[in-house]
Amino acid sequence: MTSGTATTFDLLLALGDDALVMAQRLGGWCTRAPEMEEDVALANIALDQLGAARLLLGYAGEVEGAGRDEDALAFLRTDREYRNALLAELPDEDFAVLTAKLLFFCAFQRLRYARLAGGPDERLAAIAGKAVKESAYHVDHGAQWTVRLGDGTAGSHARMQAAVDEVWPYTHELFDDEPELRAAWLSTVEPVLAGATLSRPADGWAPRGGRDGRHTEALAYLLAEMQVLHRAHPGATW
Amino acid sequence: MSPQETVAAVVDPEIRVLTLEELGVLRSVAVGGDGRVTVTITPTYSGCPAMDVIRSDIRSALTSAGYLDVDVVTQLAPAWSTDLISQSGREKLAAAGIAPPRSAARPEGGAGPVRVALSVRCPRCGSPDTQRLSAFGSTACKALWRCRACREPFDEIKPL
Repeated sequence: MTSGTATTFDLLLALGDDALVMAQRLGGWCTRAPEMEEDVALANIALDQLGAARLLLGYAGEVEGAGRDEDALAFLRTDREYRNALLAELPDEDFAVLTAKLLFFCAFQRLRYARLAGGPDERLAAIAGKAVKESAYHVDHGAQWTVRLGDGTAGSHARMQAAVDEVWPYTHELFDDEPELRAAWLSTVEPVLAGATLSRPADGWAPRGGRDGRHTEALAYLLAEMQVLHRAHPGATW
Repeated sequence: MSPQETVAAVVDPEIRVLTLEELGVLRSVAVGGDGRVTVTITPTYSGCPAMDVIRSDIRSALTSAGYLDVDVVTQLAPAWSTDLISQSGREKLAAAGIAPPRSAARPEGGAGPVRVALSVRCPRCGSPDTQRLSAFGSTACKALWRCRACREPFDEIKPL
């Protein structure tokens, strides 16, 4: 830790929980994706997210100084103690919803990591400096599927548009900490939506609360599945 | 063998044709006054699952060579890049049927879009008539391609 420029526990939790919850959602697609290549791709992106989450939560535990390591933070907190943005936890039973989340969320992460990579906290800058390079591939993947589905058949277009409309309100919360990043984010996602022949939804309803631990019902179920083994067998290794 | 030579000969557990040094994962090997060997490595990807095996392989290589006091340290910055793969490493990858990476240099310090080159040559038949099937392959660092000339699939170490 670099004293004097240490990042707060809350910010590290927000960053780490964003990555961890995304990893869990993406991992859930392995063996269920529309193509075998996609099983591999989504599992790879999940692994990148999990890698970043481990580094961020490990650092968060040290900053907190209460003896909690990455596992304690991941497996022994309730939904009210999680600080991820709501968008990460939203259910993605339709592949189009996953695609919209991937594009919107990873475009946000890439901008945030790019900024942190040049920040004063050296340890966080090192973590972000790695993650930002990986993020570029995640955004690219989300963008390619958005175009493929949006500019595909009438059916895939309708589902992709419905997915974009469904998750768009949740993108506002992403920029609560750094509102100035939203313009850059829009300049990433708007051309993709246009290229996919999709309408960019109007801004309006903007649900939030994730950063304060007020989550949708979906997070508790996600955590129950993720944490059950560790809670049933504390400290289990293999 | 010196500790440096010992560690430099350890191969990557996932791509076993090249060494950790050729892959650019090995940062330094230092021997302290008390004989302790400190090895500094860097992960390719944040979530690279091979890191635990790499640490263990380094430790066992040094132990076998008679260096019992070993510390393996992970260093993230500067972030690993495929540009760190050595020339000999690139040749070994190509010989093993894995296309070596193109240049990873990007504008805006890595925040820009992923550059997709027009073509990657098939490492088997040399044809430039290839197609990327997925940016994500059998390990975190690989993309999946196919050759339209010889019809074989192949991996590429994707630029990072």
